Amino acid sequence: MKNFIDILFGKKNIKRTISFAIVILAYVIITVLTNTIRVSRLFSSILVPVCCYIVLALSLNLCVGFSGELSLGHAGFMAVGGFTAIVVSGILSYSIPNTIIRLLIAIIAGGLVSGLFGLVISIPVLKLSGDYLAIVTLAFGQIIKSIINNVYLGYDAQGIHFSFVTNTIELAEGGRMLLLGPMGSVDVEKISSFTAGFILILFVLFVIYTLIGSKNGRAITAARDNRIAAESIGINITKTKTLAFVVSAVLAGMGGALYALNNTSLQPSKFDFNTSISILVYVVFGGLGNITGTIIATSILYVLPELLRSLQDYRMLIYSVVLIAIMLITNNTYLGQVIQKVKLIFMKKGDSHE
Amino acid sequence: MKKLLVVLLSIFCVFSLVGCGGSSNEEGTGDVESDVITIKLGCSGPLTGDAAVYGKAVENAAKLAVQEINDSDSKIKFDFKMEDDEADTEKAATAYSALYDWGMQVSLFTVTSGSGANVATLYDEDKIFALTPSGSSTALVYTDTTNYKGNFQMCFTDPNQGVASADYMKDKFADKKIAVIYKNDDVYSAGVYEKFDSQSKANGLNVVYVGSFTDDTSTDFSSQIQGAKDAGADLVYLPIYYQPASIILKQASDKDYAPIYFGIDGMDGILTLENFDTSLAEGVYLLTPFAADATDDATVHFVNAFENAYGEEPNQFAADAYDCVYAIKQALDNIGLDNIDPDNLYDAMIEQFTTMTFDGITGTSVTWAENGEVSKAPKAVVINNGVYVSAD
Repeated sequence: MKNFIDILFGKKNIKRTISFAIVILAYVIITVLTNTIRVSRLFSSILVPVCCYIVLALSLNLCVGFSGELSLGHAGFMAVGGFTAIVVSGILSYSIPNTIIRLLIAIIAGGLVSGLFGLVISIPVLKLSGDYLAIVTLAFGQIIKSIINNVYLGYDAQGIHFSFVTNTIELAEGGRMLLLGPMGSVDVEKISSFTAGFILILFVLFVIYTLIGSKNGRAITAARDNRIAAESIGINITKTKTLAFVVSAVLAGMGGALYALNNTSLQPSKFDFNTSISILVYVVFGGLGNITGTIIATSILYVLPELLRSLQDYRMLIYSVVLIAIMLITNNTYLGQVIQKVKLIFMKKGDSHE
Repeated sequence: MKKLLVVLLSIFCVFSLVGCGGSSNEEGTGDVESDVITIKLGCSGPLTGDAAVYGKAVENAAKLAVQEINDSDSKIKFDFKMEDDEADTEKAATAYSALYDWGMQVSLFTVTSGSGANVATLYDEDKIFALTPSGSSTALVYTDTTNYKGNFQMCFTDPNQGVASADYMKDKFADKKIAVIYKNDDVYSAGVYEKFDSQSKANGLNVVYVGSFTDDTSTDFSSQIQGAKDAGADLVYLPIYYQPASIILKQASDKDYAPIYFGIDGMDGILTLENFDTSLAEGVYLLTPFAADATDDATVHFVNAFENAYGEEPNQFAADAYDCVYAIKQALDNIGLDNIDPDNLYDAMIEQFTTMTFDGITGTSVTWAENGEVSKAPKAVVINNGVYVSAD
């Protein structure tokens, strides 16, 4: 336990404490705001999606930033977790009316199934590296979307009914269709909440920091920085990469579960290549391997198009310009030096521990 | 890896830029006078992204109708606001919230089905009357467990189109061998096909081949066309949008395969597709609620006004949106200026829509069922010398 506390809140790990502090502070401020003044509907409606994308971006950062493997199929894990959660929640709605317990079970189930997929994928995938891995994960995302497009699943008193490609399910009285092929899921009970999203982010931060701070975590970054050197000191490259990839898949599945249960209706086509890339954009803007940056970048980039709604038709044009501007500004060497100086002032000891 | 990242992100930026453009026409809604009521009319649809053409059509037509009403001496005026939902379920919820914050009183719902299915419960919970011009999935108006009382449709539902197609074929093409090519990852196409499949069996139609494709394979149809040809089909049913249909027509003609083609409302627009040889579409049958070439006064007026304002021929999305605004106006007129109570608009609108009859450009004697489905006769037309001609 002392070990955990040291990893998360130790003197050397001030950055980790800061990310927890930022998340908790944001939650407290938003909760106070929503409970005291009348906040706009728009504001309260984007809270849960932002939480979901933060979870997704953090999980992808574990894969891209720490493990150094580019994954372009994270929307696939999101889809697996999401539709698993919808099915689990739909089936349990008969026996467990309590939405909090049901949401918890659905998120755990989404994470586990997604992790299982991650494990299966990682066997062929992690034998590859670099661009090849990117291509395979890209294909994985497409395959998952196509498979879910053809799954029909219903539930009634007799149990679960399943059919593939064509819908041959005839449900008994009181039964419900949970997956309808390309139509996805309709009439889903919305059980996600902002508090659940907040707790999930804390959980994800805890998992990532604990993993990174552990012996396995150092092996993961060592394998990223120099594969041959890492192998020479006896690190099992495939094992460490699999660990990072599977943990990333589990977390992505959990984020997907939270996301899916925040919608009344969800189609598999939502989880396409564009969604994978959006998540990657959040990660890259936040900084590879930078957890706090990822959280902030995701929040800003998700909220920005909504804030720009008043610009109407020029909304997406301005959004793209802002994206490019941020990229240029953050890569500006002069600005980088200024930030570095500010950092040095704050960390008087000059601790450059990344 | 970095290089690949740079390339991917640049592509992403470029694609975010595509689909922008167009201008917004600000219409001046007169200030509220003592005897005039201004109703806030909202709508969400894709104004950016792949489906932007549909959202734009609805926006333009709705603005046209609102402009006409506000310029007339009508005592009921509209203040119209369109929010972008990118045809995305998640963005539809935020677009709805933005409209709600604005104070929307009556809504044109959403342009696309997927978005609409996600916000259907929100409209129901907040008791805002919604009439969708083009969201054709039944999930917008009812589900297995609930009937969204205030959600109505102006277009046919997908199942109804499938049934209507099968019934029409039973009357006209009972002896033909039928092939079907549909898009199985599309809610619209799969929804129509599912009902067509069961109705065609009930009608005893001879379906000899069923081929499907997805978004990723919508550029090459040689295997489906060969399949239909080998099965000896002499009628090909295409419950899909006109873009892939145009490729099918072209590739089939290259293979010297000339069956009768039968489309549904998504086929509307094929004659105005750029770089498409319209002679290929000769003899294509389609079920559509709207034909821009119709000669009745209302349609001629609408088509001319639309072309003057936007420089292009309206499609059925535009026509449905135009009808939506006028149907809402008719309902408000029926309620009567003195009886319009903003707090009780929802119930009054539902009562009107379940009882009134509406004549518009997409159908005459249009009525609505309690569950929100529209009842109007689909018009079967056949393309003859580059124009729609009634097939009956």
